[in-house]
Amino acid sequence: MSTDPALAATGTEFSSDVARELQKEGGIGPYRLAARRLARNKVALAFGALFALIVVMCLLAPVYAHDIAHTGPNDEHITQVIKVAGKPTDVLSPVGIPIGPTWHGRFFLGADGSGRDVAVRLLYGGRNSLEIGIEATFITILLASILGIVGAYFRGPLDGLISRAFDLIWAYPVYLLGIALGVTLQLQGLDLGVFKIKGSSLVLTALIIGFVFIPYVGKPIRGQVLVLREREFIDAARQQGLGSLRIMFGEVLPNVASTIIVFIPLILANSILTEAGLSYLGAGVQDPNPSWGTMISDGIRLIPAAIHLVLVPGLMLVLAVLGINVFGDGVRDALDPRARIRIEH
Amino acid sequence: MSAEVTQHAASAPSAADAPTPLLAVEHLRIYFPVSSSRLLARSAGHVHAVDDVTLTLSEGETLGVVGESGCGKSTLIRGIARLVPVSSGTVRFRGRDITTARRRDLAPVRREMQMVFQDPQASLNPRKRVIQILGTPLALHGVPRGQVKGKARELLARVGLDPEHLNRFPHEFSGGQRQRIGIARALAVDPRLILLDEPVSALDVSIQAQVINLLDELQDELGLSYVFVAHDLSVVRHVSDRIAVMYLGKVMELSPAQELYLKPIHPYTAALLGAIPIPDPKENRSRKRMVIGGEPPSPITPPVGCRFHTRCPLASEICSTQEPPLAEYASGHLAACHHPMNVTAQEIAAARPSGASPLSADSVMPKPEDAGAPPATHKDEN
Repeated sequence: MSTDPALAATGTEFSSDVARELQKEGGIGPYRLAARRLARNKVALAFGALFALIVVMCLLAPVYAHDIAHTGPNDEHITQVIKVAGKPTDVLSPVGIPIGPTWHGRFFLGADGSGRDVAVRLLYGGRNSLEIGIEATFITILLASILGIVGAYFRGPLDGLISRAFDLIWAYPVYLLGIALGVTLQLQGLDLGVFKIKGSSLVLTALIIGFVFIPYVGKPIRGQVLVLREREFIDAARQQGLGSLRIMFGEVLPNVASTIIVFIPLILANSILTEAGLSYLGAGVQDPNPSWGTMISDGIRLIPAAIHLVLVPGLMLVLAVLGINVFGDGVRDALDPRARIRIEH
Repeated sequence: MSAEVTQHAASAPSAADAPTPLLAVEHLRIYFPVSSSRLLARSAGHVHAVDDVTLTLSEGETLGVVGESGCGKSTLIRGIARLVPVSSGTVRFRGRDITTARRRDLAPVRREMQMVFQDPQASLNPRKRVIQILGTPLALHGVPRGQVKGKARELLARVGLDPEHLNRFPHEFSGGQRQRIGIARALAVDPRLILLDEPVSALDVSIQAQVINLLDELQDELGLSYVFVAHDLSVVRHVSDRIAVMYLGKVMELSPAQELYLKPIHPYTAALLGAIPIPDPKENRSRKRMVIGGEPPSPITPPVGCRFHTRCPLASEICSTQEPPLAEYASGHLAACHHPMNVTAQEIAAARPSGASPLSADSVMPKPEDAGAPPATHKDEN
């Protein structure tokens, strides 16, 4: 046989230097191969960089607020007069129309209906949106992986219970369930004995969003584990005397890890979008905390006079979500070109 | 440990005078419930995968287990390895009952009893490197961390692979090489017994021979015992000391290997032998073969009497009513048939019911006048 069996087996095309290295020693891990494939996908990298840039900007929000804008995200400047191009201008005109972008340090992107600096709020809002998105993703991925693997591995009544619970959550449209949970929990907070969350906490919103997305990840993982558990290497592990816990997380988990990784950007993008949606509807982040969703909601009644109030956070939202999504598609293609994973709701 | 073994051996009735066999399977039954409705989980009967099988295996011996697919041979060794739950009967390893032992108590037994699986593609975790695959059993049985790598290299060399390939993934090997890794994993903990579940049936014929030769060499070097499951007799011929022929969950014939090929007593065995092609086409066409048609009956409702009577060319009235016991002929050749072939009237008269007979078997021994017609009832025309 002239071709290397390893090359024939994977059915993947390698660049020649990879092939040469493979022939020499072999043993290039699936993640290193994926990283190499991702490195060749310049579009995905560019969008990933865009998202990274947004993250860095949002993380620098306090610096911007303190050193450039000289105002906090919730400081109202209703009666203040600032100089724009030498002329003194009201931040809020007598009929309540806020100032537009000044393109200078203060009120760089203008003010909102309460005289707050839009640029500062945009960055702080981004921080909140990203924080909620990341927390929600963490909750979804963690719980969905554990429930999916445990249910499918043990089968039986436990699997039935977990699957029906997935179905129950799945049965509600994401936003409907999010609004219902958001509205009720924000009124009274969440009180699980030792575990208490105040109604106004960001973590509560993250928890709701994370919870709502669990079946969208848990079901595909469960499906994969159902196939894996019948494979002989699981029998081999049991025959060696490994316990269930070690088999589930030592043998099965590495085989679903790439699926889980592919889901992370997908869920992150969806969480950020859902957060914006819920906040817009008043069931997410609560005033005066900024978030891209609440900013759009605040600006909507001033659209005729000050369209920047809606455009600016909307644009940020689009860029952030687009950035993660395109990058996530690149990750998916790199890890498992055949996988068709997406979230439908 | 040894004190415990002798104590158990003394209490085992079958081992009173003979030395304790390495492995003893006594009246083993493995039934799987078939439920008609998932919602109500009502049991609609059982698949009689393994139905009252009794076998023993001594140190250094190879027992071949053959039969059509679905006859329960794989389930049998999965039951011995405690991978599927046993319905009744006992499995003894060195005289110790391991049928109901818990996982922790089973650990020392698992160290001595390893398994090689059928599909080398599926039996190695695709996400693990060879070092991890071999390292798991090593670490599990207390090999210090620092020695794992050296031990793994030794194992690879022992099964004829390049020790430098430790960092490779299973997909970087060919089928035969993967099966060698599977064998290396089984050897990792210095076992005494290896259960081989059709170890070569997924491989090319040329590779089959290599793997069988490897298993043979390992047995000579390390004094291993094998239970070798295969679905055709030609594969087990070279490696087995004794061969058990299974049909629909029961042992039909159990005999020293060479004798089975020379004079099969059970018509089913004769049919299996007839299915082995002979490389010379002239000879292949001219030989008289026993041919059976059809598919095995459902293992959920197996036939009454002899399990094979629905397809047996020699079957008579008695076969559909009385289940034949395993009769012990000369030189320890067991067969469960009312119409034994290749035996003389004297041999039939001298046959004794064997203790390995299923408990459900009737006591009717074959009568000399019922001897089956010698080998042949069918001649190939083309």
